[in-house]
Amino acid sequence: MNYPDQLKYSVEHEWIDNDGKVGITEFAVEQIGDIVFVELPTVGTTVTAGKPFGVIESVKAVSELFAPASGTVTAVNESLTDSPEIVAQDCYGAGWLVKIEVSDAAEVGKLMMSAAYQDLIGK
Amino acid sequence: MHRTALHDRHHALGARIIPFAGWEMPVQYQGIIEEHRAVRTAAGLFDLSHMGELYVDGSESAQALDSALVTAPSKLAIGRAHYSMIAAEDGSVMDDLIVYRLGATKYMVVANASNVETVVAALKERLHPFDATLEDATRQVSLVAIQGPLSAGILQPLTTADLSQLKYYASVQGTACGVPALIARTGYTGEDGFELFVAWGDAETVWSALMDAGRGRGLMPVGLGARDTLRLEAGMPLYGQELDRETTPFEAGLGRVVKFDKAGEFTGRAALEASKDAPRKTLVGLRLTGRGIARTGYPVYLPGRDGQVGVVTSGTSSPTVGAPIAMAYLPPDSAAIGTAVEVGIRNQRVAAEVVAMPFYRRPPESKEIV
Repeated sequence: MNYPDQLKYSVEHEWIDNDGKVGITEFAVEQIGDIVFVELPTVGTTVTAGKPFGVIESVKAVSELFAPASGTVTAVNESLTDSPEIVAQDCYGAGWLVKIEVSDAAEVGKLMMSAAYQDLIGK
Repeated sequence: MHRTALHDRHHALGARIIPFAGWEMPVQYQGIIEEHRAVRTAAGLFDLSHMGELYVDGSESAQALDSALVTAPSKLAIGRAHYSMIAAEDGSVMDDLIVYRLGATKYMVVANASNVETVVAALKERLHPFDATLEDATRQVSLVAIQGPLSAGILQPLTTADLSQLKYYASVQGTACGVPALIARTGYTGEDGFELFVAWGDAETVWSALMDAGRGRGLMPVGLGARDTLRLEAGMPLYGQELDRETTPFEAGLGRVVKFDKAGEFTGRAALEASKDAPRKTLVGLRLTGRGIARTGYPVYLPGRDGQVGVVTSGTSSPTVGAPIAMAYLPPDSAAIGTAVEVGIRNQRVAAEVVAMPFYRRPPESKEIV
């Protein structure tokens, strides 16, 4: 599986990049299974590190999405409304979820690098 | 935690294993949607060895089962089967069952894994006044099911049974994949298909032979995840979701199963006669028209009114229908087809409509291809 070096990772299996773009990891995609529904906050919503900001649903179950860092949502991937399967097809690219303006850069600093995250998931 | 005889095989196939009713069972192999589609368009192979196989035999087995269940197994011809339920005195459903008549006095009752102990205890008590004995063969019998339009074509070369003569809800003793088997044309997917009851240790032989024969035609291993979405599309209830000790068959839309006209008394009769004319709730199908997926336990409302009126029992995004579907209990006076309702999904009310079930019916030409 692929865990790009330029991303930071949370224990809840979300990633965040230098621009504040947030998505879920390949491990999360595998755990969730067939993704059929994504519910995301609207632009302007405040999110808090470690707290739910949306949900992602498979045929069988509902999973919460947890913000990797606190901030304000500045963009939402609208294409997921009609095509939630994009998350599974390209979780680090076209399947991004939201973009947030991070309010405290130190929170991002505390997230895991790729190697540490892979240790966490036992790869 | 029990393991089926195919446990190692599921691991080797990369299945995700979950605890289910005291068993370690495969919930999915390749993915629920892919497995679901395989069953609708080709065929799927299921390990259902967790199900309970209970043999009832004795000179009075037929009358005993008539008095223990809501159906009339005495009226089954040898080699035929029917859907049945065991009710409590209060008319609630203790389990839903398939009853197979195997001989003049011999029956096989197949119970849900989660209810085997309850059913065994209740049946033993109810059979006691009769010359009838119960044998719980759950751990001696493996159940492998092949379901989907190509099932008969894949199975026929491997079995002594003439599948063209085997009707829906019929069974025949023979061999399958070289081992003794009870071959039944029953299932829980809404497709044509077969359930093969074999000796515990023969499951691997049957599984391998069927996979080898069917792989090239699209046969896939299918887990409990797709089994759930398949049965939901087919409008079939699942014990623990649509059926429980708070629900009568009439409330679940299964009143036709209850045979009041059979000879003799049966457990639950008085309460069921009352429920027939005064159900407290009605099971309906829902199709969501707004965005969201209804899930078990979500509240149901009427538009413009406060207060929950119903509850979702099962729901998913239907792979075949291509829309979110659900089953729910509503008050009988708000359950007509076409009724607009709302499902509470997290902090929102999402529009839905009461629709006829099943959500999916197999095309007639896909029936009984051999």
